[in-house]
Amino acid sequence: MRHPLVLIILSHIREFYRSPSSLFWVYGFPVILSLILGTAFKPREPEPLRIAVVQTGDDTADRLAEEWGKKEFPTKLSFVVVPEADALKQLRTGKVSLVMYPDASAAGKVRLTWDERQANRQSVLARTVVEWQLQREANPNLPVPPLDQIPEESGGRYIDFLIPGLIGNNLMGGGMFGVGFYIVDLRVRKLLKRFLATPMRKTDFMLGIMLTRLMFVLIDVSVLLGIAHIPYFGVQVHGNWLALGVLILLAGACFTGMGLLVASRASTIETATGLMNAVMLSQWLLSGVFFSSDSFPQWLQPFIKILPLTAVNDGLRAIINDGAGFEALLWPLLVCGTWGGIGFFGAIKLFKWR
Amino acid sequence: MSLAIRVAGLTKTYPANPPVEAVRGVDLDVKVGECFGLLGPNGAGKTTTLEILEGLLDPSGGEVEILGQRWDTNDRQLRERIGISLQETRLSDKLNVRETVALFRSFYAKGITADEAIARVSLQEKAKAFVDKLSGGQKQRLAIACALVGDPELLFLDEPTTGLDPQSRRQLWEVIREYKAQGRTVMITTHYMDEAEKLCDRVAIIDHGKVIALGTPNELILQLGGEHVIDFTLDGPAADITPEVLQGVKSVTAARASGDGFTLTVSDPPAALPALLGLLREKRATLAGLTTRHATLEDVFVNLTGRQLRDAE
Repeated sequence: MRHPLVLIILSHIREFYRSPSSLFWVYGFPVILSLILGTAFKPREPEPLRIAVVQTGDDTADRLAEEWGKKEFPTKLSFVVVPEADALKQLRTGKVSLVMYPDASAAGKVRLTWDERQANRQSVLARTVVEWQLQREANPNLPVPPLDQIPEESGGRYIDFLIPGLIGNNLMGGGMFGVGFYIVDLRVRKLLKRFLATPMRKTDFMLGIMLTRLMFVLIDVSVLLGIAHIPYFGVQVHGNWLALGVLILLAGACFTGMGLLVASRASTIETATGLMNAVMLSQWLLSGVFFSSDSFPQWLQPFIKILPLTAVNDGLRAIINDGAGFEALLWPLLVCGTWGGIGFFGAIKLFKWR
Repeated sequence: MSLAIRVAGLTKTYPANPPVEAVRGVDLDVKVGECFGLLGPNGAGKTTTLEILEGLLDPSGGEVEILGQRWDTNDRQLRERIGISLQETRLSDKLNVRETVALFRSFYAKGITADEAIARVSLQEKAKAFVDKLSGGQKQRLAIACALVGDPELLFLDEPTTGLDPQSRRQLWEVIREYKAQGRTVMITTHYMDEAEKLCDRVAIIDHGKVIALGTPNELILQLGGEHVIDFTLDGPAADITPEVLQGVKSVTAARASGDGFTLTVSDPPAALPALLGLLREKRATLAGLTTRHATLEDVFVNLTGRQLRDAE
């Protein structure tokens, strides 16, 4: 005969791997999502800035476009010849960044039309590059400082931002959904009440569910980290691996605790879903999974900072991208410890077995 | 003989507006080695009473003693000594029979092996089958194996045969009889009166949260004043035939209208039948159908409450 804790864990694991759909949603889906997002946001050569050359009655515009197309610029430019009305429309909608009019009477034989409001200041950039080129042609002795290109390295790309966010997201989803739905399902099936009718220790039960979930989450996160590590994505852990492991365990424990709390009284799956969404949606939105939470207004920042997922994501990014060690664990320890503690003790106090 | 269950003045009131009195003063003594049945329609308070006895629900008032111990002071010891099968527990679909029983076994300090428990309910051939592949009757037997695996002195079964086919019901009765044969105590709720008559040494009939009859099935049936019943229906209406008139027929101890016809409790059918037929001829009523049978606990319930068990549900 084995210890009840062992059998509770074994039962939970068996139920899990024997239902292929839960296997897919826990392991398959996050992997597919990260593959898709990772591919979509993989760093690549920047698109050239498009510049429209306004069509003239003769071949002046074509010759101008060809001549400029051969020049070298600090960033790639491409030149297309279009009628004036189209050119201005494309400038307004951001399809081209600058409109160039052939004008023999003007300095440099061109006039320029730009749009300062264009997204990412693309028009400003195109105008600057073209002006820089014109000035250099007019004055070949223009002083140019020595320039060095920073070597490409992992840590600063979008994929490097995204992967820790997805890991944090999975830690939260796995902990909360995994524990929450499992428990509510047991309650709906009256199995909780049946367990209560045995001499089973409640601590064995709670501990069993939490440990099993932590195990699932660890596997899940390892798979994600493994995928991020393949050269195709090339995400590297720059900081301390041990600190990373501790942070992941800490986050897992925190979110399973919150899952316990959410499930402690809900007696239908619908109630549980609503509660989960209330807790998780706000964090998905605010805690910087897909984009940095810095872009939210200043007054919201103190609130964002104390969300567990923010602390986890920031900690993960500090260790994976910025090479941090155990010092990065301080804040997550405080935040996750508090939230996890509220979860566990609240759940023990509120837990409904019937 | 020592008592397995002692209940005195048990009440349970659920807060609501107005408050719901589910149990309104129940007294019961169940002896060790007895199979005791709680009978009554749905909503009578059977399950509430049972769950209080099982320590799953706190009573609002009254005293409960199980195997000489009390829930508020000996919760864990008591849990080790009793086995329970609840109404409508859905065990995990993706665990097999042996894994399910082994999980329950692990909760008890002592008990029989999982395989032994499975053998007691004759599920050996299904030991490796997933729960979702079992029939209704097999699932119920599994639930009872989970209740037996801690080798309990007292077994609580809440409507174990509801919704099962006759063969599955008989298989379950066999399991319960074998358990009882070891000198152990069983408390069972059911709304099948035939089941109670076949299985139980004594029964309590509960209605509206109170015990309205208590005794062996035979005693209760004899209390009707006769253990035979005549059911008959008439062809067309007959205003002259009323329960009051029928009361006067020889050897009839009770008469009532039931459905389209009448039901008579009689002590001596050979004497009652000619008298009844004579009365009908005299009143010019034409008989459409007539059956005689032994009285059942169902008749006891109807006699006491004036309602059919099924109507009361």
